[in-house]
Amino acid sequence: MAHFEKATSLHDWMNQRLAVDTVRRVMAKEYWIPKNINFLWAMGMILAVTFGLLLVSGIFLLMYYQPNVATAFDSVNYTIMKEVEFGWLWRHIHGVAASVVFLIIYIHMFTGIYYGSYKKGREMIWISGMLLFVTFSAEAFSGYMLPWGQMSYWAGMVITNLFAGGSLHADGLVEWIRGDYVPAQAFLNRFFMLHVLLLPLAILGLIGLHFAALRIPHVNNQDGEEIDFEAEAAKYKAGNKKESKVIAFANDFMSKDMMVVGIYLVFFFYLVFFHYDFAMDPVNFDPADGLKTPAHIYPEWYFLWSYEILRPFPADPGLVAFGFAQVIFFALPFLDRSPNAVPAARRGAFKYWFWLMLVDMIVLTGMGKLPPEGIFSTIGLVAAIVFILLWIALPFITKKEKAL
Amino acid sequence: MKDSSRRGFMGKAFGAVAGVGAVASLYAMKKSWDMLPSVKAAGFTTLDMSAYKENELVTEKWRGKPIFVLKYTPEMMGKLTEKQKARTVFINGEGYLVNLGLCTHLGCIPGYNSDTQSFLCACHGGTYDFAGDVTKAPPPRGLDIPPFKIDGNKLVLGEEGPEYKNMKATGVTL
Ligand code: FES
Repeated sequence: MAHFEKATSLHDWMNQRLAVDTVRRVMAKEYWIPKNINFLWAMGMILAVTFGLLLVSGIFLLMYYQPNVATAFDSVNYTIMKEVEFGWLWRHIHGVAASVVFLIIYIHMFTGIYYGSYKKGREMIWISGMLLFVTFSAEAFSGYMLPWGQMSYWAGMVITNLFAGGSLHADGLVEWIRGDYVPAQAFLNRFFMLHVLLLPLAILGLIGLHFAALRIPHVNNQDGEEIDFEAEAAKYKAGNKKESKVIAFANDFMSKDMMVVGIYLVFFFYLVFFHYDFAMDPVNFDPADGLKTPAHIYPEWYFLWSYEILRPFPADPGLVAFGFAQVIFFALPFLDRSPNAVPAARRGAFKYWFWLMLVDMIVLTGMGKLPPEGIFSTIGLVAAIVFILLWIALPFITKKEKAL
Repeated sequence: MKDSSRRGFMGKAFGAVAGVGAVASLYAMKKSWDMLPSVKAAGFTTLDMSAYKENELVTEKWRGKPIFVLKYTPEMMGKLTEKQKARTVFINGEGYLVNLGLCTHLGCIPGYNSDTQSFLCACHGGTYDFAGDVTKAPPPRGLDIPPFKIDGNKLVLGEEGPEYKNMKATGVTL
């Protein structure tokens, strides 16, 4: 199209240059969403909104934060919290969002697992989503370092030590990652860069990939029904909105999505204003001290389950189990051998598998928080073994499943 | 035909140039993350060993890491096993534990109990005896011994003396 006409309006002017009408049609007005999906499908939109909150609050924190081992702690706990007007607001939004985002991610993931939304042509949605999860984890971890409190320092020490690979003793690699013998200035600067530039860039790119992966195979639905989107869309466009199994993303479906987002935001800001402390570990209000370990080190709640899988074993098997827990979810679409993409309740042994996995991960989370002694270590060990066994069993139990 | 082979040549030539550039920049990136010379140079500490009291753990600092120094009592000296002896630093007839105060499991700082004369790492419940040898997993080995050199009454950390080299050779420390 290289033929331009004198624009009749600003809209027309833009349309000739940016094809706004076409973009809106493809991305919103004729982007079809099945009707039979419930509020659990709104988690994606909630995640997008939460990511936006993280981005905006992060930008405001960035204006006063100082990535220096001598001043980082005070720049957060004094300057931002006490001097900057509304600095506390940005910090509490950032802290609460960083924690809540994982709760929503887990709900999003388990919704996908329950309804089989990772199957039959939707594998890329699942894989790009898992890549997002891993990048978000790295983002959360690098951000946790920045206030340079005791937990920041020791979490940095423990997690970077994992890279020594147990008895491989790759201490050179650990020191290379840190740029020092211990977490120090080079380390703080590096994690600052990762947290504010490299990882957010990667996240933005992956969000694009995740959406693109969704656009072609379309979103799954509550019954796992295979919908002929074109035929249904034609009905909708012809005015048979009632008979059609789909609705347009905008503004029809969006209105429902935004309703859920609205309820979520009330809950979110209730936490920000009245219960922000749940996302702030008291130990991290002591400045980092390389000569004193806190009595009991634990990660934020969202990493507890994988931390607990590492903990009850001796060093090397522990590392292997930990690595297994990090990557195994990626393989879910390939380990689930059944042809059925329906809710877990209508499937065979998988329905028990789903709930066992969920309960097991909750148990692991609980044990990860408790000190590793006595009965708690034993429960943790059993839960860690159950986790691994469940994954090994998955291909076998799903293979036996009859096609519905 | 002629055209496509020309294009093929250009493709290969570009690939070669880009490949050299990619490898070179990866090398530069790797080196940029290496430890700075100033950080490396600050890696020596000298301890005066006559200042320590018996069965009282002192934590010194070397390369940003805690170093445990524990002077043994005569009673502790008496019950040293061969294994513990191999881990001990002897200076003027006195025995000392000189260990890196970081758990060999995941790097927490174990605490010393002078009554039971043992270390407990609260992170995952590992324990060590008074010579720094592991007595309960998950730590895979005893506390590491930092490179040291005995110099009269003094101990220089960061330099490898004959006693340290011997410990390394016999596998007492890494
Ligand atoms: S760090 Fe000491 S037992 Fe794990």
